[in-house]
Amino acid sequence: MIAARWEHFPHQADMGVRGVGPTLAAAFEQAALAMTAIVTDLDWVAPDEAVGIRCEAPDSELLLVDWLNALILEMAARHMLFSRFEVSLDGQRLHATAWGEAVDTQKHQPAVEVKGATYTELKVVRDESGQWLAQCVVDV
Amino acid sequence: MQLDQLKQVSDVEWRIAPFGKMRVPAVIYADQALITEMDDKVFEQITNVATLPGIVQAAYAMPDAHWGYGFPIGGVAAFDADAGGVVSAGGVGFDISCGVRTLHTGLKAEDVAPLKQRLADRLFTHIPAGVGSTGKLRLDAGGMDAMLRGGARWAVEHGYGSEADLDRIEEHGCMAGAEPGQVSEHAKRRQRDEIGTLGSGNHYLELQEIVEIHDTKAADRFRLRQGEVVVSIHCGSRGLGHQIGTEFLRQMVIAAPGYGIDLPDRELACAPIHSPVGQAYLGAMRAAVNCALANRQVITHLTRKVFADLLPGTHLSLIYDVSHNTCKEEWHTVDGQTRRLYVHRKGATRAFGPGHPSLPGELRDIGQPVLIGGSMGTASYILVGTEEGGTRAFSSACHGAGRSMSRHQATRQWHGRALVDELASQGILIRSPSLRGVAEEAPGAYKDVSAVVEAADRAGLARKVAKLKPLVCIKG
Repeated sequence: MIAARWEHFPHQADMGVRGVGPTLAAAFEQAALAMTAIVTDLDWVAPDEAVGIRCEAPDSELLLVDWLNALILEMAARHMLFSRFEVSLDGQRLHATAWGEAVDTQKHQPAVEVKGATYTELKVVRDESGQWLAQCVVDV
Repeated sequence: MQLDQLKQVSDVEWRIAPFGKMRVPAVIYADQALITEMDDKVFEQITNVATLPGIVQAAYAMPDAHWGYGFPIGGVAAFDADAGGVVSAGGVGFDISCGVRTLHTGLKAEDVAPLKQRLADRLFTHIPAGVGSTGKLRLDAGGMDAMLRGGARWAVEHGYGSEADLDRIEEHGCMAGAEPGQVSEHAKRRQRDEIGTLGSGNHYLELQEIVEIHDTKAADRFRLRQGEVVVSIHCGSRGLGHQIGTEFLRQMVIAAPGYGIDLPDRELACAPIHSPVGQAYLGAMRAAVNCALANRQVITHLTRKVFADLLPGTHLSLIYDVSHNTCKEEWHTVDGQTRRLYVHRKGATRAFGPGHPSLPGELRDIGQPVLIGGSMGTASYILVGTEEGGTRAFSSACHGAGRSMSRHQATRQWHGRALVDELASQGILIRSPSLRGVAEEAPGAYKDVSAVVEAADRAGLARKVAKLKPLVCIKG
């Protein structure tokens, strides 16, 4: 059984997000959690309000970047932070729900704003043990 | 960086002869200490830039260069549209037209000292900073397009500042060729309530004291006097620019093979200048430049209001406004020929020398003010463009200190609260919505800005005029 998890990896000026999981969808969910964790502590964000997200891309790597950028757009335009994600994939089409709440400076103490997901260190792969890894650097 | 792969031309210039698919050489301006510390990724990225179609003369890296996306931060490259040249969304970056402007206050540091706390608190209250912050302005569709076309001129027309400000902004405050129609609804949605906000990360508003004058003649012309206080504002085109960068990067990655462009790195995504995608990007990017200029103009207005309340009679006049993430159409002399080029500066400041026709009358004979931002606890500098800069890196200089440490490393090494207290004991007041944000931006996580500026000066990219020390820093 592969446990889903996320982590950050270093980039000189910015931050790398990495999601790992038993399925590609789970790895995408974990990468999204890693992205919120750049901004604030995940435990501080109540998953109260749901937002639907759809995107489509020519390959899985571009799809990861599109997914994270769709979240960045929702975070920015709605002034929200998200702490729970459900992703389902149908080929190169992604449907997802993100749950979160409005940014509250006192409560969330947001460290930095995420400007965009990039193609730097971009990787979506399945290793020999069958676990999926999805990662890229995000610009902050 | 390994020095054996470079040819040393002088104590501050290093050259990489073309190899592989490089069309031109790469040149790095840095002293030995800076280049030794420079990430190997800068070598990889600047040599990748040198492979792009239509690149002219050389790919350049400034003394503050560090690992970026596609281009290094601190990268400069010029392209000739008629020689198959490209425009690259990665070569401009996400924060389009991020830049710095500096204003005179005419006040002496000792006059400001008793009011420092109140100024810090009042500026922090009145200038929206940090994640999720919004400005007071709400733009409808028509207002948004007018702002994207007009830039700082639009802001002045709406009561934010005066005509005199426009003289002291690149492009006279309004970038020509902006096409709001090329800016997506998503990008506009991100910007609806973000005009007049600082943003986060390394963006700031600082009160600074002029502590050293290096060039009396230029300082006189810029009206910089030792012991006086200036205000510097560092921010960019906010969500709109980020979204344009994101969307065109993707579009260019997908379109590149169709244009016969073989990208060594997806982040170098580009399109021929003479192509629909290239033209669409230029129209959108110029609109984002105007958005950044309008944003800094509105923040200037908010700053003036705070000063007018606390120090009635103070007049904040603009010294200059520079953008350091751009692609601009400029004329440059290459091998004795004057050519129209598309100059990408990513984390690099334009530094026109004396006589340049784009400079306002009162600065034309001395050269362009070049504003170099420091990090929270460290110095900032004002330089001036030089004549010889025109023959080096297309009249470009560094833009700041440049990070030397990742955000992760920084938060392991420093704690926000302790850092704020330590800086306060040095007379530097920090106001920020996030202590973790403060730790990530710790002055120690950046290169030594003085060494960077020294190298730029010695390389003839721009000449040192004055050194500024922070008194108050509002962090996003």
